[in-house]
Amino acid sequence: MQIYLPIAEVSVNLFVLLGLGGLVGFLSGMFGVGGGFLITPLLLFIGVPPGVAVATGANQVVASSISGVLAQLRRKGVDFRMGAVLLLGGMLGSYLGVKIFAYMTALGQVDVLVQLSYVVFLGFIGATMFWESARSIWRSHRQGAANLRRAHEHSWMHNLPFKVKFRQSGLYISVLPPALIGAAVGILAAIMGVGGGFILVPAMIYLLGMPTRVVVGTSLFQIIFVTSFTTIMHAINSQTVDMMLAFLLIVGGVIGAQFGSRLSTRLKAEQLRILLALLVLAVCIKIAVDLLMTPSETYSLSLVLP
Amino acid sequence: MKFAAFIVMIWAGTAVAQTESLVTGVSQDDVQITADFTGSDILVYGAVRRDSPAPASPPLDVIVTLEGPSNVVAVRRKERRLGIWVNGPATEVGDVPSYFATASTGPLEQILLPEEDLRHNIGIDRRVRVTKINADAMDFPKYVQALLRIRAAGGVFSSDPRGVRLAEETLFRADFALPANLVEGDFRVRLFLLRGGKVLDVQEQMIDVRKTGIERQLTLMAHQQPLLYGLLSLLMAGIAGWGASEVFRLLRR
Repeated sequence: MQIYLPIAEVSVNLFVLLGLGGLVGFLSGMFGVGGGFLITPLLLFIGVPPGVAVATGANQVVASSISGVLAQLRRKGVDFRMGAVLLLGGMLGSYLGVKIFAYMTALGQVDVLVQLSYVVFLGFIGATMFWESARSIWRSHRQGAANLRRAHEHSWMHNLPFKVKFRQSGLYISVLPPALIGAAVGILAAIMGVGGGFILVPAMIYLLGMPTRVVVGTSLFQIIFVTSFTTIMHAINSQTVDMMLAFLLIVGGVIGAQFGSRLSTRLKAEQLRILLALLVLAVCIKIAVDLLMTPSETYSLSLVLP
Repeated sequence: MKFAAFIVMIWAGTAVAQTESLVTGVSQDDVQITADFTGSDILVYGAVRRDSPAPASPPLDVIVTLEGPSNVVAVRRKERRLGIWVNGPATEVGDVPSYFATASTGPLEQILLPEEDLRHNIGIDRRVRVTKINADAMDFPKYVQALLRIRAAGGVFSSDPRGVRLAEETLFRADFALPANLVEGDFRVRLFLLRGGKVLDVQEQMIDVRKTGIERQLTLMAHQQPLLYGLLSLLMAGIAGWGASEVFRLLRR
């Protein structure tokens, strides 16, 4: 069944949209990633124009993140205090990122830089996570039930000022590292046009040492605000949010997110991490191949807006 | 207007010494894009009006073109630099129709003289024009070819050299299947009557392609009240997210 999308001005299959929304929502609920890095290429693939894909993708991520956060909230998987600190840093970072993006646009080649940063960050994060989680799975197999969970390791982070108790995360650390991480993710998110969950989740696990249990919910909490901001900005600046498209993706997405977050509680933390690592690596490899392979059509078209 | 054109045609066409003109119509002069729009069939028909018997030769030909509203399109060429494919030089091409279909009684290069094509801008390669050339993209004809190739591959540009059925050198019809991926605006139908490659008469018809219902409401709101539209999109996202979460909680009980 075909449906005509008013802003995208294309006609697409209704069930394909529901399916895409569901798939991305599922991953979103499971891993705490917004899914922006997946939905945009998928929408482009079915023929939605790039501007509409980015803006509407952001709108869809808002819905699946809200759905996911509410599911996580019931099992106390959201550290609001940590989320707020990350968010404040993130806002500052987004602002800087938008400036950097504009500067790179003026220089040209912005899409190549976006693709390159995807490859570098996804590759690095994916490989690190894969290595770490594979090792911990292997270790737990070898040592049976023996729990190797490290006690609180004191690092330089614990010597910084402005220490705050993050009760949900069981951390007593300075607000500076999370704020800086939030800012760094904000910069990258604005440049790459994504919510930043796939960077934020590993950063919270490995840099801040937060337990995987609260990472997903806290990341989603942060993503709601980042993507809401993006949606409004796109609606005002380029009128590229397609509400009809967003609605169909959302219907699929919120349902998928519920199943995803349910499954995430059944899996072990290491299993969850290794699956996310594989997903991130797959996207990274896809983009890298696109950059390296000789395209079948060396010319590309884009509409010049009046 | 028609009369003036008629006079001019007689004056210009004395060499061929004939007075043949077109009487034309389209099956519908508006297309409404609704949410379940899956394309539309347009029938363009007509007859040749003549005062004296038709000459035996050269044969009569008809070309019908249907085109959507035009845009400026940037054509970029990718280049390999340091092993990766990056965007290279770009050229801007203006007057690129969002949709262009040609139907005729034969291949254009056989039934249409180049100078007539030049005068009336009939073929698609005549319709588009390069508006901005990057210094690195001096081989711009290649860019235009690429544009036409990509649009043709996407099904938006097409030409059917057997698309016009002409009966008894008098009645003709051409069928167009407008795709579902339509951009709204004024679609222009142009009909050309030819003999020996020379254009004898030109007629134009307009088809108004418009979104209606919710499609129209959403488009208008997105452009006229962008902030409200954005907030409404978020509200919808919020309600859907919360709603799904509640529904699943109830289901689980």
